[in-house]
Amino acid sequence: MQEAVIKRAKELLADGSVNRVVGWKAGEFAYDTTPAVFTSAEELDAGFIYNDFCAPNLSKYIIKESRKEGKLLVFLKPCDTYSFNQLVKEHRIIRENVYIIAVPCTGKVDVDTVKSKGIKGITGMTSDGENVTITTLYGEKTMPKSETLGDKCRTCKSKKHVIFDEIIGDDGEVNTDGARFELVEKLEMMTPDERYDFWRNELSKCIRCNACRNVCPACTCESCVFDNPNSGIQQRAATDSFEENMFHLIRSFHVAGRCTDCGECTRVCPQNIPLHLINRKYIKDINEFYGDYQAGSDLETRAPLNDYTFDDCEPSIVYKRGGNE
Amino acid sequence: MHRIGVFVCHCGTNIAATVDVKAVAEAMKQEPSVVFSVDYQYMCSEGGQTLIQDTIKEHKLTGVVVCSCSPRMHEATFRKAAAKAGINPYMVEIANIREQCSWIHKDIMSATDKAIILARTAIAKVQLNAPLTAGESPVTKRALVIGGGIAGMQTALDIAEAGFEVDIVEKQPTIGGKMTQIDKTFPTLDCASCILTPKMVDCSQNEKIHIYAYSEVVEVNGFVGNFTAKIKKKARYVDTTKCTGCGICTEKCPQKKVPNEFNLGLNNRRAIYIPFAQAVPKVATIDADYCTMLKTGKCGVCSKVCTAGAIDYKQQDEIIEERYGAIVAATGYNPIKIDKYDEFAYSQSKDVVTSLELERLMNAAGPSNGTLIRPSYLDKQDDHRAHPKTIVFVQCVGSRSCDDCGKSYCSKICCMYTAKHAMLIREKYPDTDVYVFYIDVRTPGKLFDEFYRRAVEQYGVHYIKGMVGKVSPRPDGNLDVQASDLISNEQLHINADLVVLATAIEPDQTARSVATMLRASMDTNDFFTEAHAKLRPVESPTAGVFLSGVCQGPKDIPETVSQASAAAAKVIGLLAKDKLTGNPCVAHSDELMCNGCSACEKVCPYGAITYSDKEFRQPDRTVAIRRVAAVNEAVCQGCGACTVACPSGAMDLKGFSNKQIMAEVDAICK
Amino acid sequence: MQVNETKEFRPKIVAFCCNWCSYAGADLAGTNRLNYPADVKIIRVPCSCRVNPMFILRAFQRGADGVIMCGCHPGDCHYTSGNYFARRRMTLLFSMLDFMGIERERTRVEWVSAAEGAKFAATMNEFVETVTKLGENKRLEDLRCKKQ
Repeated sequence: MQEAVIKRAKELLADGSVNRVVGWKAGEFAYDTTPAVFTSAEELDAGFIYNDFCAPNLSKYIIKESRKEGKLLVFLKPCDTYSFNQLVKEHRIIRENVYIIAVPCTGKVDVDTVKSKGIKGITGMTSDGENVTITTLYGEKTMPKSETLGDKCRTCKSKKHVIFDEIIGDDGEVNTDGARFELVEKLEMMTPDERYDFWRNELSKCIRCNACRNVCPACTCESCVFDNPNSGIQQRAATDSFEENMFHLIRSFHVAGRCTDCGECTRVCPQNIPLHLINRKYIKDINEFYGDYQAGSDLETRAPLNDYTFDDCEPSIVYKRGGNE
Repeated sequence: MHRIGVFVCHCGTNIAATVDVKAVAEAMKQEPSVVFSVDYQYMCSEGGQTLIQDTIKEHKLTGVVVCSCSPRMHEATFRKAAAKAGINPYMVEIANIREQCSWIHKDIMSATDKAIILARTAIAKVQLNAPLTAGESPVTKRALVIGGGIAGMQTALDIAEAGFEVDIVEKQPTIGGKMTQIDKTFPTLDCASCILTPKMVDCSQNEKIHIYAYSEVVEVNGFVGNFTAKIKKKARYVDTTKCTGCGICTEKCPQKKVPNEFNLGLNNRRAIYIPFAQAVPKVATIDADYCTMLKTGKCGVCSKVCTAGAIDYKQQDEIIEERYGAIVAATGYNPIKIDKYDEFAYSQSKDVVTSLELERLMNAAGPSNGTLIRPSYLDKQDDHRAHPKTIVFVQCVGSRSCDDCGKSYCSKICCMYTAKHAMLIREKYPDTDVYVFYIDVRTPGKLFDEFYRRAVEQYGVHYIKGMVGKVSPRPDGNLDVQASDLISNEQLHINADLVVLATAIEPDQTARSVATMLRASMDTNDFFTEAHAKLRPVESPTAGVFLSGVCQGPKDIPETVSQASAAAAKVIGLLAKDKLTGNPCVAHSDELMCNGCSACEKVCPYGAITYSDKEFRQPDRTVAIRRVAAVNEAVCQGCGACTVACPSGAMDLKGFSNKQIMAEVDAICK
Repeated sequence: MQVNETKEFRPKIVAFCCNWCSYAGADLAGTNRLNYPADVKIIRVPCSCRVNPMFILRAFQRGADGVIMCGCHPGDCHYTSGNYFARRRMTLLFSMLDFMGIERERTRVEWVSAAEGAKFAATMNEFVETVTKLGENKRLEDLRCKKQ
């Protein structure tokens, strides 16, 4: 796959269709990939990778990149195409300046999931698509790739690309089994006290590093409300239990109906807070209250919070449904 | 630093009986920025207002808090008083300590405590108030009416009567609309043409009214008082200034096989035509889809016979741009297409007709010159079977429908026109049996129920409660109507020779594109929505856009005319002003923070938000182009929906800003 | 001046009322001398769609024990659609607060027309009673904002 991807990128650079390529390169560790811009065949050969570790969603980087001189090439995995589409819809990406090649994805290895299996001292990881080989300070270990996937990939929402100019490999299908809401449902079944304890335990770990905000392709404000002295809620730290709640409540509300469920927030959280569950709760509620809606699946549909019907449910529905007393 | 004065009103004993007003005034003296605090018997009295004005001058106040009755009562009074003393009227805040405090609480301690908190809240807010000035914009004294049916004509006539210029834009070659096709009108049974055509002539002769027939509005920009519209005059291939309407061309044209839309395709017309004898403007139009000359370049008969030399095969569409102060939508309706209702055999038999087709069949200017003839016998009218003997009317075809085929609403006019048809037929042809199948008969309206009862009682029309299940053509050319009679609980078979379907009406197909141009909202049925369903029924939520006739909802002629005149009154009220003063409490977008994501635009009910690409200097001294929102203050009504839709907080509402409301929250919770 | 020296818990309630219906309804409750506890303080907003979730959280931060939002009945909005947007926003926000284990009874939306003074008073009585039973808001408070 990687060879095919590099070959196509070189062709497009060579014939002048694009003047730069946005893709992935190795980070500090080979499995810790990072987004990168390549401008020549040499750079592509030297650094470009596409493998089972290329989790980062490249769409957010295109906001700035698409405003630069010349056309660029970007590789998008199925779930990245939703974010890309949503950003086009919100006029954040200039579509004409971007050439999209869709690349298939069979789920990305999540290092935190691997670590949670009790594996320590990881120095490297490789994947052959079926199994992941992990080299650690204490020797080599192998586990099936399916066991290394994070919640996001385990319950993948779609293997279908919703926007692209050309595709490498075959396009997949949208997954409609609803498995991605299992953890949300589990929380809903708890008592309010248990839910409160769960979230207090999780959110109290927040160090307000803003990684979730910075990586989120829906959090693309020129200036965040939390940084805006005129908003009245300017807040840069999480020094109190309230602020820990407040930041994540407002952030998730601002992306509600726009979040494509790409799961980047949870992936980058250094404290391993399952932030995507907050967004998924909004998605699940929207689906249940206002009909199925997948942000980014097209360019036309109105976002649920910017829309209404005369017979929407009343807020009191919250008292009647979900959760135990 | 603000200098705030607090004035606590006793309202006689209305407030003073349960709130210790002196204690409130005293407590306010301790609040930051408060330089003056006093209690007074009646703040709204002349003495009270003078006290405010004198204090403003004496203590150089920058803000005023009045603790009194509801702001809905006297906010305007105190704002005026403050303005007279030279400070901005929007630097006044009211703490409602009567309706929301003294009148609901009995305990003096807790009422006083609450009054103090409410006063503090108002002080907290006024500290963040900014002087606001209402924007002014000029008014172009000309109105545009889109649609030249009875609604549009009535609106235009009334506006012109008041002395303002009006343009009517009608997409058909003539004004007059649907009413031109109707034979008689309920409940008085006077002939539609006789009452309509004089109005059409009035329109054409009124020097304030300008008719753009065979034209369409293609673009609208601007806002209330200042619209510009582009009107496309479609090519008629006839010079309207030369055409005398003599009609010779329409007799000589060799292309005879063009379905005549005026008679709903029941007969044919020529490729060059005048829709009907009383058309306004009475000029010929060449139908480019059928004209041999335009299609092949060979013919030219009309040009040869035209003594006025009016034929111009090279005519092009023309775009006119005009400025308007107000726009009226009067786009009207059409019967729905009933091909989805095949159980009534509309596509299988010519003798199944819609009610509008029946109007033409009964009209003296119709295809049968007013004799009721079964459409299948139109070319053999002498046949003894040409005259229908048993006629079945089916009500609610496509109206009040529970499935996806039809419309969920009641079309409102069908019960009455069906009674009219039945009555007219029984009067003219007493030997005819007339059956009407109905769900229920709805006759609210002046003299309407009497009219319906006359049909039943005097004219012997058979009204049967129940629906027709199926109409099937019989081998002898008649129609077998299968129906159920719900009252006697019987299945019926009627051997009919004419079936008339009371077809639902729907907004004209162009209504949605007109609404989009006007940024006016529509409901799911494509009817225009009113600014308020009860209190502002002829205005669209978009300022300066008004609604006339069926484009707002199903109506009969009397209702349409009264609504048309109501819309005209609103337009006149607007055009009579030289300048419009806006509400200064409007939304405002901070361009530096705006993402240009369009969320605010999506929730704005008034179309007040537009976007443009602007250049911004970046911190690194480069220039970046960003899409940013701008609010048109003349259009914004200040609801604040956009402020919450905006994730970055770029959009804020003057007079109710995020910071002001949070300051109020803080003061209450302190 | 210090009132309420008894130790009895009195909740702090913030009520957001739209200018056209609910604020007028509250005024009518006053005109008709219908009682409800002084714990309720009203903030006037042009429309329920002006109520930002941030305001509600801010109220809880500063020590409110309950927040209620009142607007025109669906279909009666002065601005035609404001309360429809508000309804969706508040439904989702309340559901999220519930999801985080914050007592769902502390937040409420009620549609009160300008003619429903009695409904306004009854709603406030009921809401104050509910919140009083729940006691002090502890799950969404900012300890730094509490008076010691």
